[in-house]
Amino acid sequence: MTVEFVLNGKRVTAEATGDTVLLDVLRNLGCHSVKCGCETTNCGLCTVWVNGKSRLSCSVLALSIEGQEITTLEGVKEKAEEFGSFLAAEGAEQCGFCSPGFIMNVLAMVRELKNPNIEEIKEYLSGNLCRCTGYMGQLRAICKYMEHMKEEVHS
Amino acid sequence: MLTINNYVKAKSLEEAYELNQARNARIMGGMLWMRLGNARVQTLIDLSDLGLDQIEETAHVFRIGAMCTLRQLELHEGLKVLYGDSIAESVRHIVGVQFRNQATVGGSVYGRFGFSDVLTCLLSLDTFVELYNGGTIRLSEFINRKRDKDILVSIIIRKSNRRLKYDAVRRAKTDFPVLTCAVVAGPVHGKETWYFSVGARPMKAKVLEKKWSIPRDISDGLLMDYAKEAAAGFDYGTNMRGSAEYRRHLAEVLIRRSMHAILMEE
Repeated sequence: MTVEFVLNGKRVTAEATGDTVLLDVLRNLGCHSVKCGCETTNCGLCTVWVNGKSRLSCSVLALSIEGQEITTLEGVKEKAEEFGSFLAAEGAEQCGFCSPGFIMNVLAMVRELKNPNIEEIKEYLSGNLCRCTGYMGQLRAICKYMEHMKEEVHS
Repeated sequence: MLTINNYVKAKSLEEAYELNQARNARIMGGMLWMRLGNARVQTLIDLSDLGLDQIEETAHVFRIGAMCTLRQLELHEGLKVLYGDSIAESVRHIVGVQFRNQATVGGSVYGRFGFSDVLTCLLSLDTFVELYNGGTIRLSEFINRKRDKDILVSIIIRKSNRRLKYDAVRRAKTDFPVLTCAVVAGPVHGKETWYFSVGARPMKAKVLEKKWSIPRDISDGLLMDYAKEAAAGFDYGTNMRGSAEYRRHLAEVLIRRSMHAILMEE
């Protein structure tokens, strides 16, 4: 069967069977930022936006997204690079394998929550696991990024 | 491993029900639990085009469509007005936002999972389930029914002047709970009534009703006695997350804390 959807602003068509997951379709379409980690919906590596909301592409059936809008890191390249520079400045990346899913969820959080405190940030990102950093550098990067966003709005 | 031969997005509940009567057909919720299992599904039926993803609030009830996500439940303003943060508390520890944007209330309730926070919480309230073929029945009756081929359409919470507190214990954040506990208090037919729902014992949640009129200034010792009596109304089991004895102790503590919080709120 074929499934047609909007990927990063462009209409695409892909082949899928009943049990094909969105993760595999996206990787076959060249979105290699989307990673397969745990495959048990716990690690957040495969996070993409479905109609603007963070979802786990390892558990979304490809045929179920007919006509919907999918956004991967490739579709928010500029914002991802901007936040990525904050991650780098805080030494918050080591292997970097979790970063695409993490960045997608951070950008979703920034859009959804107004002035979150540290606990709210930790809770929002509890579905993104990182086995290298211990999260403190990432938290610093998020706080600085959010400060930067506020300053940009004010100026 | 899960294999699916045919995927069908149902155009009506009637069509979904008809398709679901086949032996190897299944209704799909958020696909988070089913995907982890081993099954050969001939026809997977998706209800996501049937408008079941809304929480409707009327003067008397909240009607939660089966395809509403746990995140919708967590953020719903009307539920917050009536029950404070307790309903959000019952779901906010479940994995992460991405997971809760996907997991459905219908899937959580229909699955009748022993570990379910959602089931424990909903069971403590005046909750009903609407089934396509079986009509509207109490959630407490539904969870003890044998699984059949009916379709869960919505979950209905009847509004009333009741206070709800939810608590759970996990060994690690986002893990399955060791014990879940919801306590509700309020007048029923003019009598102060307490409802205790305890889940992850590790069996599925069960609810207990007590006609207790407890003064606000009750001593800690007496309140603990009430909590112990309530906790004794449940049976507990042992698994890798905790022993039956430990769970009983947790139940006493969580029930006491929730009762105390409700009394202080009055």
